[in-house]
Amino acid sequence: MSARKGRWVSSFSFLLFWASSIPRRGSARLLQELSPQEYFGSLQAGRASLAYFSRNASPGAQPFLEQIENSAEALQDYGISVVKVNCPKEDVSRYCGKENTLRKAYLFRGSMLIREFPTDALFDVNSIVANVLFALLFNEVKYVETLADLQNIENALKGRANMVFAYVPATGTAEHRAVMEAAFVYGTVHQFVLTTEATLLRDTGDDEPDVASARLLFCHCQRATDLAQPCRRTAMGQALTMLNIHRHLKLMGAPLVTEVAEDPEKVSTVHLQLGLPLVFILSQKETYEADRRTAEFVAWQLLGKAGVALLSRDLVDLNILLKSNVALKTPDEGVPVKYLVLEDTDEVITLVEDKSKVGQIQEEEEEEEDEDEKQNNNQDIQDDQVVEAVARDKKRELPLEQILVLTEETFHSALLEAARTVVLFYASWEAVSLAVLRSYAEVADHLKGTQGVSLAQVNCWDWPGVCTKENVTQFPTIRIYEKGERWVMYDGMWGTEELTSFIMLSRVSCPLKLATIEEAEGYLRGEFPSELSSYHHTSVLGVFSMATSEARKAFEEAGNILSGHVTMGMYFEDDALALSRKYAVSPPALLLARSGGQSVEGIALSKQSAQDMVRMIRYELLDVFPEITVQNLPRYLQLRKPFLILFSDGDIGEMESKEMLKLAKGRPRQAFVACWLNLKKTPVGRGVLKVYFATVPSPPLLLWVNLHAGGRVFQFPSEQTVTEMNVLSWLERLKAGLESPSSTLSEEDWKPPLPAYDFLQMMETAVPEVPLHPSHRHGDTPVPKSPGGDTTVREEPSQETKAEKGGSPGRDLRGTAPRLAAREKQGKRHSEL
Amino acid sequence: LSLALYAGSLCAASSAAFLYHDYCIIGAGPSGLQVAYFLQQAGRDYIVFERSHAPGSFFALYPRHRKLISINKQYTGKSNSEFNLRHDWNSLLSHDRRLLFRHYSRDFFPNADAMVHYLEDFASMLKLQVQYNTAIIHVTLEKDEQAWNGHYFLLTDQDRQNYKCSSLLVATGTWVPNVVNFPGSEYVEGYETVSINPEDFAGQTVLILGRGNSAFETAENILGVTNFIHMVSRSRVRLSWATHYVGDLRAINNGLLDTYQLKSLDGLLEGDLEDLAIVKDKKGKLHITLRFYLENRNTSAGIDSIILPQDELDNFATRAPYDRVIRCLGWKFDFSIYNRSLRLMPGKGNKKKYPQIKPSYESRGTRGLFILGTASHSVDFRKSAGGFIHGFRYTTRAVHRLLENRHHGVPWPSTVYPITQLTNSIIKRVNEASGLYQMFSVLADIILLRENATAFEYLEEYPVGVLAELETQTGRRAPNGLFVVIMEYGRNFSGADKDVFYYNRAVGEAQHAWQSNFLHPVIYYYKHLPTEREMKLRPPDWPLPRPDAVHHIVEDFLTDWTAPNAHVLPLRRFLENCLSTDLRNFFAESCFFFAFTRQKLPPFCQQGYVGMQGLLGSEGLRRHAVEAGLLEDYAPRDFSGDKTPDSREGSQDQLLRDHAIPVRPLQHLVNAKDE
Repeated sequence: MSARKGRWVSSFSFLLFWASSIPRRGSARLLQELSPQEYFGSLQAGRASLAYFSRNASPGAQPFLEQIENSAEALQDYGISVVKVNCPKEDVSRYCGKENTLRKAYLFRGSMLIREFPTDALFDVNSIVANVLFALLFNEVKYVETLADLQNIENALKGRANMVFAYVPATGTAEHRAVMEAAFVYGTVHQFVLTTEATLLRDTGDDEPDVASARLLFCHCQRATDLAQPCRRTAMGQALTMLNIHRHLKLMGAPLVTEVAEDPEKVSTVHLQLGLPLVFILSQKETYEADRRTAEFVAWQLLGKAGVALLSRDLVDLNILLKSNVALKTPDEGVPVKYLVLEDTDEVITLVEDKSKVGQIQEEEEEEEDEDEKQNNNQDIQDDQVVEAVARDKKRELPLEQILVLTEETFHSALLEAARTVVLFYASWEAVSLAVLRSYAEVADHLKGTQGVSLAQVNCWDWPGVCTKENVTQFPTIRIYEKGERWVMYDGMWGTEELTSFIMLSRVSCPLKLATIEEAEGYLRGEFPSELSSYHHTSVLGVFSMATSEARKAFEEAGNILSGHVTMGMYFEDDALALSRKYAVSPPALLLARSGGQSVEGIALSKQSAQDMVRMIRYELLDVFPEITVQNLPRYLQLRKPFLILFSDGDIGEMESKEMLKLAKGRPRQAFVACWLNLKKTPVGRGVLKVYFATVPSPPLLLWVNLHAGGRVFQFPSEQTVTEMNVLSWLERLKAGLESPSSTLSEEDWKPPLPAYDFLQMMETAVPEVPLHPSHRHGDTPVPKSPGGDTTVREEPSQETKAEKGGSPGRDLRGTAPRLAAREKQGKRHSEL
Repeated sequence: LSLALYAGSLCAASSAAFLYHDYCIIGAGPSGLQVAYFLQQAGRDYIVFERSHAPGSFFALYPRHRKLISINKQYTGKSNSEFNLRHDWNSLLSHDRRLLFRHYSRDFFPNADAMVHYLEDFASMLKLQVQYNTAIIHVTLEKDEQAWNGHYFLLTDQDRQNYKCSSLLVATGTWVPNVVNFPGSEYVEGYETVSINPEDFAGQTVLILGRGNSAFETAENILGVTNFIHMVSRSRVRLSWATHYVGDLRAINNGLLDTYQLKSLDGLLEGDLEDLAIVKDKKGKLHITLRFYLENRNTSAGIDSIILPQDELDNFATRAPYDRVIRCLGWKFDFSIYNRSLRLMPGKGNKKKYPQIKPSYESRGTRGLFILGTASHSVDFRKSAGGFIHGFRYTTRAVHRLLENRHHGVPWPSTVYPITQLTNSIIKRVNEASGLYQMFSVLADIILLRENATAFEYLEEYPVGVLAELETQTGRRAPNGLFVVIMEYGRNFSGADKDVFYYNRAVGEAQHAWQSNFLHPVIYYYKHLPTEREMKLRPPDWPLPRPDAVHHIVEDFLTDWTAPNAHVLPLRRFLENCLSTDLRNFFAESCFFFAFTRQKLPPFCQQGYVGMQGLLGSEGLRRHAVEAGLLEDYAPRDFSGDKTPDSREGSQDQLLRDHAIPVRPLQHLVNAKDE
């Protein structure tokens, strides 16, 4: 017996090999065909064989024969040979003689018959392997039917060995086979117990066992010290396959907590090798005992999901360790160890469970639940990027020397001092205001020494009277006051460059009356007025004959609206006609000079209202084939058209640029926005691509993005070259619905990122006598979790434990950050000094 | 003769003819002048009648010892004028910054003469229409369907001059002294006339009836020269610092409590004044006895036949004879001038000194008759500050706004904001608004949501008691739900018998904010405007019926609710969950990302970035956001990250959520300190 076992165990590595890559060998060759004499003569002591007897293939046995043949290979791995014995016609011996024996298979060990199987019990490979091993491993795998049997076995094992308890809905199944195969390997290490009785599951703590699915539990009986208590159990979460069982048993066999004394980056344990994360509990000499208990507590919770190691700070010299109490190493290569500060053991567990979730695709429902739970813990953590960024920057002193600080008293007098005063109205407690204030300081620095412009700020939290009187209701607001009288509101991007340019352009009246034809020409070349010559801008020149005063008025009005965003000039002298003739327009008309007058475009003015003119000028200012940036996207979004966008890593090639420009200028210009994006300049484009593609193809990438209708994204075939013709025909195919989208933009609404504190419910729970509402909900409102209930939590080696002990409750100051108070978990309240 | 005839006919004519005004105000005290100011600003036809020759005649006499107990705080460390009004209890509201009380007195508890001076200036500098030396002695109604309220108010003054008004605003205060009648009450001196010269009390034994501020103020004045002072009243003393009610006994007046509890002969007694009797002996000493004993004796018998309590109970507390008995029992409203048809009824119980009014300050009996100022205190008696200048200056403004809407079609002033400003507008108000702060639990800011919650309308300082009538009272519509912003003390914190200094009385954590005790902002959310019935059925001590959700901003030691994590963040989460939206701010880069990856944008991006007002942010801020894990940096140096698909996958929004594993630097600071 023991010799056989030894052999079996040694075949373990082979078994694994088999299990992971089933070798395809000709199965026919493995099935021996022997005569009865040959067969019985060849039987060796201790060697198992499965035989069936056949007299000329009877037709009914044919499918059975096939299955036997197929299983021969599998059984050979366990040292079991499969033999077909051909009975001679005249043979009437024990196995060949009777008709019914021919419908059975016989399992021999040596020459001893172990069991006979009716052929209908051997319907496929799984059932053959399962049943054969089941018969052979009679001692290693106990079959139980009652709870008492199970408990007897369990009690007998306590303190000696561990138990593997498996439930399969029926024998002869794939799961049954997997359990038997595992038992073949581990049968000497652990006691295997098998049942097909679902009632036994109920005892394992599973209230609503799913009777239809097999389950496997590892019962830690070896460690069991208390005979009265059942052994601790760890259920296997995955499906019952040989590999999963092997993995599970391997994990159960690993030490509960590994003690390490080296750089976590270098540590490797069985968990990491099996693709599970490893959690380090960072310990120190003083708290070693408590830390060890915490580690064990965590390890039990994470058994089968992650490994736990106890890392001594004293032995490892890592700076980072001082700040954290937990580290997480993931099996993914190249991912650095993460160091964290966690408050209680629940967080460690959540951390691991969340991580492992990333790898597996789980049901959405489950995920949501988890998320909710996680979110509840994070309610008090800032998730507003602007607020958090400003908070992190608050210690830095802003260079505000260039900016006048105005008060209720000085506001009006200060406005009279400079020709133009830019005023930022803000509130010193408001994050967006403070973010803009930082850009404003940069603007002030850019404009240092600029004549006729002074920059000022009013803190509406200090001086609400000024802001109310100026009818400033929102923060931040920027206005440019001219000599304290009329003002223009800044309505552009809250950015340094944009604001600087706005201020500079506003210095020149809009529209600017040009007196001579030389001035008008200079204006179109961008040389006049000289203060703007260094600013890259597009000039709009309105040319009017004396008669077109109505259009001129509308143009002037439009100028007021567009002031700061564009430079507008107008010319209506006698020789306006000369100018219009030169550019082949007839007044009233607009001349548009892009980038320093290299090209001048003439547009006839047909619409007369100022609003129409504003709209038209805005539209004309858009580039034909723009480079999309964070700053300019909104201008193109307003067209509400699909985007044909070329993502490029750096500048786009000349060829593509030319073809795209042709496309942009072509007939379908009205239908879409042709543009490109420089990933070097606008790196967030990479983020966009990552959302579109699971694996991002290498740029250049031409995409059709329908932002406004349906949100579908199509990729221009990368094997085609970007030419006008190719793209146009591709667009035709898109229109015809012949292409499938690479991605569809999420339609999800913007919901609250996290729940709020439910004070109403807290009040009802705490003060139920207050008849807050029609009483029906009293019963089912859950009692809020008492904070810090778990004693293990306090054994957490994190340093806050110490703070908790050290600080007497009265020492805290009310009104300091709640985190400070959070240290005392039970003490919700504390008074001021 | 003809002259006499002429004069006679003129007289007759003038008594028959009515002088008409839209608004008549009786009394040129603080509330009368305050409402006159608002009417004047609105360009309304109004007149103020004042029986004295100058405004504030009450203050010319009272308090007798001339010390006002309204604080006049010169410095708060802040320049915010609205905020500073929270600590200026004497100024009236006006646009003229010269009319701040701190320009009239530098005393923390100013002299009453300064108030008289202030009120004179207020009336004259603002050119308010006040008719002095006109005592209204009778008010009646004249039915007329054409009138605003179905009737006119007819007023008659001491010269029989008649006035006719569409709306009557009564700002007469409570000036009729409360008296009690018991045998021997003729020996009692009144607070109105008692000497205020301590010399007059030297070596005397004094009994004071009453236990309010006037009683203690009187005691305080003579404490040093009397043999001893006893004070009697029915109820136990109510200390304002325990009740949070400024009308209860203030610390500045409570010197006698000190000497009583420090065994210095002075003392407090409880007893019903109605049961009292005083007898004077031959030496002129006053003995306390009980009405009960007097009723059972022969009236003709002398003092010796009277049974004194100490004859039966030889340790009776007030057995020692007194030299003087002073009555300091407060004042009540003058009901005498109103015709019965006005149905101006006294309140019930401890509010009987005030006329009955609705929470809108309109009389329960007569439409168009509003009670202002101290006399309107029944709305919040012993709760808030409606009986005092620093409170009724706001309730008066509220009444004016109701009138503007009712009679002139001017809806309640409001500002419309995009929804992105919701958190900000609440934070701004709870931090600086004085009206919410002084008139806590009475005046509330109302936020009316527009359809789809993309915008909201902000109404300030609406009387919360008439919330159900909001639409008719303000001319604003509330079909899409509303928030009510109000300030409250902890429900079980204040009270005459409460220990307000108990250990752990203050809440520090946002998650326990609902247990806050000190005054703190509370925001109620209703999906629908509460009905009258719901208002009536609200739980006792609740200013409002059960909301759909409620949020408390945790009490703050500095009353500064601008802390990003403790105050603003929980508020934002509350608002987000009520509106089911995401109210976070985003940098332009994030909005760009969302614009290309989501079909919908968060409100901040939709209203800012898409409208070309994106927040680009400085490079430094961007870096901070990246470090905080709230903004992803896609710059190429990060490119190695792309190769491990697990590490950086998922949308940015997920990332925003996944920053979850928080590094909490604060803890280490704390820990470092403790170690």
